[in-house]
Amino acid sequence: MVQQRTNPLRKYIRNRKLPHFFCPGCGCGQILNYFLKAVDDLQLDFKKIITIGGVGCTARIPIYLNTDSLHGVHGRTLAWATGIKLYRPDLKVVIFAGDGDLVSIGGNHFLHASRRNLDVTVILVNNFNFAMTGGQVAPTTPFNSVTMTTPYGSKENTIDVCKLAVSAGATYVSRWSTAKPIQTVKSIKKALQHKGFSLVEILSQCPTNFGRYALRTGDPEKVLEWIKNRSISKTKAEKLNEHELKDKFILGEFIDKKRPVFQGTTLFKEEDN
Amino acid sequence: MEALDGNSAIAEAIKQIEPDVVVSYPQSPSILILEAIALFIANGEMDSEFLNVESDYSAMSTCIGVASSGGRVFTATASQGLALMHEALFIASSLRLPIVIGVTNRTLAAPINFNADHSDSMAQRDSGWIQIFSENSQEAYDNIIQAFKIAENKDVRTPVMVGIDSVVTSNLCENIHIQKNEEILEFENKSNPTYSVLDIENPKTVGSLCASDYFFEHKMNQNNGIENSRKVIKNVGKEFGDRFNRYYGYFETYELEDAEYAVILMSSSAGTAKKAVDEMRKRGEKVGLLKLRVFRPFPYKELRESLSNLKSIAVLDRVLTPGTYGGPLFIETMAALYNLDKRPLVYPYIYGLGGRDITLKHIENIFDDMKMAFDNGKGIPEIKYINLRE
Ligand SMILES: Cc1ncc(C[n+]2csc(CCOP(=O)(O)OP(=O)(O)O)c2C)c(N)n1
Ligand SMILES: [Mg+2]
Repeated sequence: MVQQRTNPLRKYIRNRKLPHFFCPGCGCGQILNYFLKAVDDLQLDFKKIITIGGVGCTARIPIYLNTDSLHGVHGRTLAWATGIKLYRPDLKVVIFAGDGDLVSIGGNHFLHASRRNLDVTVILVNNFNFAMTGGQVAPTTPFNSVTMTTPYGSKENTIDVCKLAVSAGATYVSRWSTAKPIQTVKSIKKALQHKGFSLVEILSQCPTNFGRYALRTGDPEKVLEWIKNRSISKTKAEKLNEHELKDKFILGEFIDKKRPVFQGTTLFKEEDN
Repeated sequence: MEALDGNSAIAEAIKQIEPDVVVSYPQSPSILILEAIALFIANGEMDSEFLNVESDYSAMSTCIGVASSGGRVFTATASQGLALMHEALFIASSLRLPIVIGVTNRTLAAPINFNADHSDSMAQRDSGWIQIFSENSQEAYDNIIQAFKIAENKDVRTPVMVGIDSVVTSNLCENIHIQKNEEILEFENKSNPTYSVLDIENPKTVGSLCASDYFFEHKMNQNNGIENSRKVIKNVGKEFGDRFNRYYGYFETYELEDAEYAVILMSSSAGTAKKAVDEMRKRGEKVGLLKLRVFRPFPYKELRESLSNLKSIAVLDRVLTPGTYGGPLFIETMAALYNLDKRPLVYPYIYGLGGRDITLKHIENIFDDMKMAFDNGKGIPEIKYINLRE
């Protein structure tokens, strides 16, 4: 008889919340796996991790994890995290943020958490749109994309979230995609071990909304392929000019440095690290 | 006749009114109104600017920008989106800006829930906005058309929010009458110069600091606007009826004339209540309904006239305002009636939170309870919760 084997990461999952709510082919499931793989490889104490989601598809990832988690206000994850870190600096705080959540409605908090070098890890699931509400244009939607609120293509420029984080003061910043599992897991591990504000942006496929409207395909593979074809490594990108880099997603690590982390200005003594 | 859900009915009205700018931030289910409008504009069916902004707060702030420079502007929202607009709503009404918004009335978190109740609009009841509630798609369409005319009246100049119940009205199709474009244009009388607080020829600052010397007077000026709207709402509702044969007032009465017992409520549940009244009338019970359409300004004088002769009434609030004796509709109805010599007994009910159903049976039970209480010597009414697990 064939022995039924369970996924070794299953122990981190809140079984009673299954089946999950993600669409077939959505990148959120992959990213959940990458995160658990990183935690497992590092043998982190799962009881000392708090996960936070705002509102959105991405924001539901923490619901399936056996950690304490907060969920439910669009855009305010980093403000919550700041409060937690002030009172319980011993806990590891991981934020699963949608692109809309992090840099549209929550953009202000993002700047200030970066500026303070708040000691948290942000895993940004960039699916290029507001997915949960049905596929509307977001500040991350590529120029000319068709969405439900830009029926013939968006005519607004996009935000480069990684550049923004670096310039605002974040101390670990990288960008990968769901098509690059090895690099992504490696980078999440680095981020989790990093002391200070760490951001891992993961370009992710949303076949149901971004795929169907912007790329005219509901096929997750095709959306992944689109991400892959547009992606270019940082080392290669360094040799290209601005024109050649137009419409390209640059993958790699953008910063990895040390700087004192935010521990409040009155409650705790600032220690050099 | 066209089969339209509440969202599409609102979008259709906006297409005909053609505001200068429509502002959009996603929220379920009101985003469907904005998506429909985005498509109308992209297809050249209406001539407006469509703007995707970065948050609900920015949406209302942008509306303030458009309206204060004299433009007509519309947005739609619900639930958390309306809650996030809170601060800006007060600015809009105090600056007397005739903004119109559609609200698909949806509950407030936590926990997150997508369904209907009136928590979102009710939380804004002191924001200085005119608040109109719609029972179905037809009323959604008609109310939006009337809203601009009310808001822009020079004696009113007060923003208006038009509510429809989330999901049950916003996403369900009904056959409705859509007027011809020319009819709407004539009704709206768009040639009227819209009011602008930004006037390049005569520069002035709006919204600056005002100390205790004049602040009170400023607020009373604002209050005059919404007080003046009482007459305007009535006139606009009548003119609308004269033109299109669908008349509107502050509220609709149903079998109320000779009724002894009545239910008061707002929006989509009125359909259920009408059916319950029909059923009970067949059995000879003297029951009726009052469906409130305009919650702000609250029509307390007219309610006195319609309600004072009843034996008792049940006020059904679709919102929980923790720590109060009944919901806002109950409290305001009580306040309206209290100083009368002869007044009915008023029962507070809370129902339908987060989309919880209310059925014919529930409403019939309310009438039965009221009647029994009256026959058995009244007693002080306690709050009751309809269809709640024990
Ligand atoms: C204050 C507020 N405004 C709007 C919404 C509606 N809303 C829910 S999810 C969402 C967007 C989610 O997009 P994103 O953060 O990119 O996550 P995704 O679903 O794409 O993973 C929006 C606008 C809300 N919940 N709260
Ligand atoms: Mg997204």
